[in-house]
Amino acid sequence: MDKIIVVQPEKCTGCHTCELVCSFTHSDEFNPTRSRISVINFEKIGFAFPVLCQQCGEAACMKVCPVGAISRSAVTGAMEINDGKCLRCQMCTIACPFGATLYDPVANIVAKCDLCQGDPQCVKLCPSGAISYQAASVNSLSKRKAFAARFTDVFEEVR
Amino acid sequence: MYGWTGKILRVNLTDGTISKEPLPINDAQDFIGARGLGTKIFFDEVDAAVDPLSEENKIIFMTGPLTGTLATSGGRYNVVTKGVLNGTIAASNSGGMFGPELKFAGWDGIIFEGKAPQPVYLWIHNDEVELRPAQELWGKTVFETTDMLKAATDEESKIACIGPAGENLVKFANIMNEYNRAAGRSGVGAVMGSKNLKAVVVRGTKGIKVADPQGFWNAITKARTMLKEHPVTGAGLAAYGTNILVNILNVHGGLPVKNFSEAAIFPHAESISGEHQAEHNLVRNKGCFGCLIGCGRVSNNKGKYKGIGEGPEYEATWAFGADCYVDDFEAISKANFLCNELGQDSISMATTLACAIEMTEKGIIPRSKSPLSWGDADTIIEMVQKTAYREGFGDELAEGSYRLAEKYGHPEYSMSSKKQELPAYDPRGQQGIGLNYATSNRGGCHVRGYMTSPEILGIPVQLDPDATEGKPEMLKIFQDLTALVDSCGLCLFTTFGIGLPEIAEQYRTATGVQITDEDLLKAGERIWNIERLFNLRAGFTKADDTLPERLLKEPMKDGPHKGRVVELDTMLPIYYQIRGWDENGVPTAEKMHDLNLVV
Repeated sequence: MDKIIVVQPEKCTGCHTCELVCSFTHSDEFNPTRSRISVINFEKIGFAFPVLCQQCGEAACMKVCPVGAISRSAVTGAMEINDGKCLRCQMCTIACPFGATLYDPVANIVAKCDLCQGDPQCVKLCPSGAISYQAASVNSLSKRKAFAARFTDVFEEVR
Repeated sequence: MYGWTGKILRVNLTDGTISKEPLPINDAQDFIGARGLGTKIFFDEVDAAVDPLSEENKIIFMTGPLTGTLATSGGRYNVVTKGVLNGTIAASNSGGMFGPELKFAGWDGIIFEGKAPQPVYLWIHNDEVELRPAQELWGKTVFETTDMLKAATDEESKIACIGPAGENLVKFANIMNEYNRAAGRSGVGAVMGSKNLKAVVVRGTKGIKVADPQGFWNAITKARTMLKEHPVTGAGLAAYGTNILVNILNVHGGLPVKNFSEAAIFPHAESISGEHQAEHNLVRNKGCFGCLIGCGRVSNNKGKYKGIGEGPEYEATWAFGADCYVDDFEAISKANFLCNELGQDSISMATTLACAIEMTEKGIIPRSKSPLSWGDADTIIEMVQKTAYREGFGDELAEGSYRLAEKYGHPEYSMSSKKQELPAYDPRGQQGIGLNYATSNRGGCHVRGYMTSPEILGIPVQLDPDATEGKPEMLKIFQDLTALVDSCGLCLFTTFGIGLPEIAEQYRTATGVQITDEDLLKAGERIWNIERLFNLRAGFTKADDTLPERLLKEPMKDGPHKGRVVELDTMLPIYYQIRGWDENGVPTAEKMHDLNLVV
């Protein structure tokens, strides 16, 4: 349950496939404005960054919700919104620092990434591996390894 | 409606009226969308004899039923008009995000007619559509225009616009969207310029629905897996972009050098290759909307031509590189960045330069006019700029290679077919691509029937590149399938890894139209034939289905295809026969009936 969707922006091609998958999976149509993940493209410098819910430990969305409609799933660890309780007051959309919760006027719900009940579909179809579903600690370790590897050449020289 | 949105816009630029019309659904089923449907509408509404730059010409932006969905690389739209460069039917195809955004706004396409009295742009925000003045945008580059229009409308807008080249009616001006994606060929940008239409700006927040969601999901996941596992689409194009072809074509002996005047082997190929780009200049790979291949490159010049931009793709790399004999990748990259900024086709620009250089070196164009010489990158870059503004010799280059060479009495130095410049494959090393160049409905072009696939890459089967046998048959299939792929709104590159069954299944489940694979391919054939009919009406004849004399008579000087010329006379009559056309290349009554083409 400590798996999250890990973002590696350096791999992102800015293709928006994740947005299509998300809107289709949750809303039965292709519509990036209804997606719970958004790729922010900086066209001129060749940089793109997928933004989505980080399933925060101290989740602002949960804290700000006046009716306790947001809670952590015991199965996946995802912060989930109980539509039955939700007032649609949208305070969570204001509180979230990433803009990861959104009001969907078509369905009249407040939506956010629910990790597709532990099988995130956007990850499956991401063509470049820019988003992956894994334990956050695994990603940290692999980044530490990549960083440490830079020193191997230096080490060879002084040995 | 499923797949299609079911609505199109008609904008009369002369009187400023905008009407919202239902999609002609019968035509959509027969001609699919994008290139096919756009052409059908154009064919019905515009006199083929029209002057491309006149008010009577129309320009149609059209998406396909799979555009904007999760279909395999379904991010594309087509611009259909009568082309300025050569007067053929022009269907110029682009990726990026513009096509999908138009569908998210609720529109399958836009028909522009007439001519605006003053510069304008069209602003589409879902159902709200208006023409706005564009005086202050006139003269601006593609990048400046895009930035200004985002600020004036919505930061999330997707923008297709022309640059100075389109305004100045450069014969190969293009339409650029999202800064760096191009509806590149045939001079479609000059048609916009002639109509005082600077840009089309779209913001859409609606959804696209498909008829059979589960069936569609199954179809796209299967097709995407096939593409991911294919060595070309899953590995080669992703790793090195289209420039992976530089070394492949060079080893094959088919990379044209110095305006096709030398053996098609470039001694400096390695320094302009995709491998070189990846090692020295790559910032990241870039994908068009919904694309899993991601062949686009963001490139960073570090030396004298400092700057970040997109590309160069294989065609521009070859054209400014081997064809102009430039071996400096960053110089090529700079020339390509400039083409994007100014809004002109890098293939026709660079090959027109190559033609001019050859004629200058031969003393046909006086040095007092042309400062160009082989490999002189700085002068080439300067001339790219001057062409867009029609300054000095740039004014002559802006007419394209055919008119330039003809003006100096030697049209044979224009390496073009139907006056459109040939791309990066010497057809003396590939008989099939030669037949494709000669018969392409928009003149010199590689993406109408990419015979390099079977002749060099061995996809779907390996054909002997030097043989003529079997080529007309294979080319017909390639041309028809390509017309279908373009019309669905898919990227042609997907056909390396998937075929008709996978495309047909995506189409059926998205649209809900029950049609067999064979009948869908027949729609591709119908599209090919209506394009042909337009060109015949526009005055093209069998005599135009040809190639430059050099490729038919001057044997390849060296390499694996030494001694070869294109054996067009052998292939062309067989091609006509296989197409069901008479000996003059005119579709027979029987073929028309078979395709249900009533004109």
